[in-house]
Amino acid sequence: MLVSKVYVAGIGATKIDEHWEKGIRDLMAESSLDALRDAGIDKKEIEAIFVGNMSSGYLQGQEHLGSLLATWLGVPGVAANKVEAACGSGGAAVHNAFLAVKSGVYDCVLVVGVEKLTDAITSDATDALIMAEDQEYVAFTGASFVALNALVYKAYLKKYQAKQEDIALFAVHDHKYAANNPLAQYPRPVTLEEVLKSPMVADPIRLLESAPLGDGSAALVLCSEKKLKELGNRDVLIELAGSSISTEIFSVHDRTDLTSISATVKASRKAYQMAGVEPKDIDVLEVHDAFTVLGVIHLEDLGFAERGTGWKLLKEGQLEKDGKISTNTMGGLKARGHPVGATGVYQVCDVAKQLRGEAGKNQVDGAEVGLAENVGGVGGTVVVNVLKRVR
Amino acid sequence: MAYMRSVPRAWRERKIKYQLLGGKCRDCGKSFYPYRQVCPACGSTNVEQVKLPERGVIEHFTVVRTPPTEFKEYAPYVLALVRLEDGTRVLAQVTDVEPDEVYEGMEVEVVFRKYREQGPDGIIEYGIKFRPVR
Repeated sequence: MLVSKVYVAGIGATKIDEHWEKGIRDLMAESSLDALRDAGIDKKEIEAIFVGNMSSGYLQGQEHLGSLLATWLGVPGVAANKVEAACGSGGAAVHNAFLAVKSGVYDCVLVVGVEKLTDAITSDATDALIMAEDQEYVAFTGASFVALNALVYKAYLKKYQAKQEDIALFAVHDHKYAANNPLAQYPRPVTLEEVLKSPMVADPIRLLESAPLGDGSAALVLCSEKKLKELGNRDVLIELAGSSISTEIFSVHDRTDLTSISATVKASRKAYQMAGVEPKDIDVLEVHDAFTVLGVIHLEDLGFAERGTGWKLLKEGQLEKDGKISTNTMGGLKARGHPVGATGVYQVCDVAKQLRGEAGKNQVDGAEVGLAENVGGVGGTVVVNVLKRVR
Repeated sequence: MAYMRSVPRAWRERKIKYQLLGGKCRDCGKSFYPYRQVCPACGSTNVEQVKLPERGVIEHFTVVRTPPTEFKEYAPYVLALVRLEDGTRVLAQVTDVEPDEVYEGMEVEVVFRKYREQGPDGIIEYGIKFRPVR
């Protein structure tokens, strides 16, 4: 066995939507076949499958997604298992696949992120999402996932005397870019006024400051240097150059500071180091803005802004495609959509799209290095994946 | 419903939830709720179980308007991070007050209340909520 570099050989994804006609297995199979086609790899060459998913057990009554997908893809016999880290499941699956190739155990693996929320009514989906938190002492109190993030929002506004209208701009930003992404759930712009007048979900978080509920699946084919040679020359080549996971104290009441997530700081520093890059080298960024304020906090924790100033990057236009740090250029969680356990894989697909120069109207000129930050719970898990165009 | 019906679970949690039992780390001094064997701040196992004070101040709060299924009938309700007199932070509902009357810095005290039912045939779960000090 040898330590190999890890390459993104193929990407694929379904549109994020309310997929009434497709089950969770159909969505997984669709994105998988899409990624295999893109990689130009026969499915029989896949040695292992990692499925990122959070709530299939609760929402579909279906666990054991690894083996299910293997059969549904027509490759029984392959190594396959589900990876779960709440909303960070997709990123965690990418990380596990990265380790599998990096270690030399496998040369060709498939990563699939999937979530299907519309099989349930909204309150059941709300139940499923709070399972990311402490069931016995947090969910017990009637806390919804939005409510916990609302406490973080309040803490941020108070500590930094920030204004909600500045932070809510994140939603406007995401929608602007989703408008040009055919796979986005809400491909249309919204105004700041619409965001600030939308219904209150948990004060101060309004509906349009929250990622929507939707279904979707994204997939990646990762391969080793050895496999890459077999596949022959490619015009463009993307390396998964760094991949790291970190955990933060599980529940917000146990944390000293609600306005920073130490797991983002730790995971990103490790991933930067692995990839040999610094924040200033990142051309395209995907942050896990499940709620606007979290997007702002992530910008700070990733090293792009001083504490309490992340919202200024938004206001100054630095997150635009021609800005200093082009962020959520395919619509982010707010408007591309947030099919929970699939999000981390969508993010990596979208970063790869940018680095390959295939982002259409949202293309960031000359993008060479990209970072995807995927978060589970209220920061209980953070996964950071760094991609580089090497050719 | 999200919460699986379980009598043993509610039974074993009763002391900590009913009596507000926390932990205090003898090494770093951190106090926390609920009680557990290992300090969440420093990782020490030198932790004693303590009865936490019954008064505190609301640090941050929100109003839950789109609740999980089993709390549907109670919405809107106030959920708060309360800092107890000894500095321990507890997450709980605030009761006996209208949501628009709650403010950061409000002094509150512990009260024993119903939280949720484990379905129509399941047991009823109780715990600590906070109410304004009168």
